[in-house]
Amino acid sequence: MADALVTMTGINKWYGELHALKDVNLNVHEGEVVVVIGPSGSGKSTLIRTINRLEPIQEGEILIDGERLPEEGKGLAKLRAEVGMVFQSFNLFAHKTILENVTLGPVKVLKMDKGEAEQRARDLLERVGVGHQADKYPAELSGGQQQRVAIARALAMDPKIMLFDEPTSALDPEMINEVLQVMLDLAEGGTTMVVVTHEMGFARSAADRVVFMDKGEIVEENDPESFYHNADTERARDFLSKIITH
Amino acid sequence: MIEFYTDNAQRFIDGTLVTVRLALLSFALSVVIGVVIASCRVSPVGPLQRFASGYVSLFRNLPLLIIFFLALFGLGDLGFVYGGFATAAVALGMYTGAYMAEVIRSGINSVSSGQAEAGRAIGLGFIALLSTIVIPQAVRTVIAPIGNLFIANFKNTAVALTITVTDLTFVSRQLINQTAETWLSLFGAAAIYTVILLFVGWGFRALEARYAIKR
Repeated sequence: MADALVTMTGINKWYGELHALKDVNLNVHEGEVVVVIGPSGSGKSTLIRTINRLEPIQEGEILIDGERLPEEGKGLAKLRAEVGMVFQSFNLFAHKTILENVTLGPVKVLKMDKGEAEQRARDLLERVGVGHQADKYPAELSGGQQQRVAIARALAMDPKIMLFDEPTSALDPEMINEVLQVMLDLAEGGTTMVVVTHEMGFARSAADRVVFMDKGEIVEENDPESFYHNADTERARDFLSKIITH
Repeated sequence: MIEFYTDNAQRFIDGTLVTVRLALLSFALSVVIGVVIASCRVSPVGPLQRFASGYVSLFRNLPLLIIFFLALFGLGDLGFVYGGFATAAVALGMYTGAYMAEVIRSGINSVSSGQAEAGRAIGLGFIALLSTIVIPQAVRTVIAPIGNLFIANFKNTAVALTITVTDLTFVSRQLINQTAETWLSLFGAAAIYTVILLFVGWGFRALEARYAIKR
């Protein structure tokens, strides 16, 4: 098998006394869609936030495309530019228009020409279905629209991999599907994705692999159909029974 | 009474121009100092944080008049001799800068951590993150206290008369000595300060209405 795009080896992280990640090993290959699920506090958000070092780790090694994740400074910024991230609470830049939100990274970080960045931004906004909102401010959009803009903002950097940290958890139910649809399109287009989500529908139709975490450990890795129908581990079956019964 | 003002109009105008120039220069300096010191304060670098909080402690806790005297006589003794106006502009700017740093820092603290995370996630370094995301949002939330500082700084220019700056307050005191028209001399200066600062107050309210961030 070819070298993985992301290689995480022996990751340990503590918040004070709390052992948040315990000996985590995870590889993500190019074009792969990995869904991470687990109970609240299981470390799944922490895990994907370590991939672009929004959370530093105390032990272990993270390689992205064969390169070791730098500690701080310019090297880290450059690497983060190659890793797209979508947050639960959207985090669009509140003082910038939708268009500026999407062009900011390419212009400031990739030093792209402004006109070219705007053209690409408009194409991306069109692709996620909010092209007509380009001149508005984030607060004027619905949650679902904001999250789609956040996806466009991340894609504008032409990242090697996209990380999604519970992208639909802060959304009203009627807006979840419009965001999932964009994510499904990305998955079909071959984008490498790591997604923390409880959306079983998304996991079953898009994921190549489901990673189940509990108490800071990866308890099970499985293909989605086996995982949801007949999980290998007792802890996964117990968790699934709690989220599926109603 | 009208005659007093028509006779001395040019002197009031000259004094006002000195006051306005001094106020604008020192305020501009205080903004630069405020941004730099607040940035140091929130930087991850220990020595910069300590330098910044030391700066604020020093200049916020000294009386303005002492800072003026230190700047004029203290630096003068060390061989640095500047005119009263330049000395006053720098001393006042450094004094107001300490308050400005605290106002901007409180603005920075009001920017949600998600904004900074999103900036870091697209690859902005610390300086780019502060200058394009955090400080523009911070300043928008503290326009009103910055307006207060502008007004306080404008009025504090009056202290500069003690180091030979011929500002508006200097002019009115000189007129008291020369004409014995105490009331008219003071009223003239007071009216000019008040009218200018009323307009400044309106200006800042308009800025706030225009630039406040919708959340």
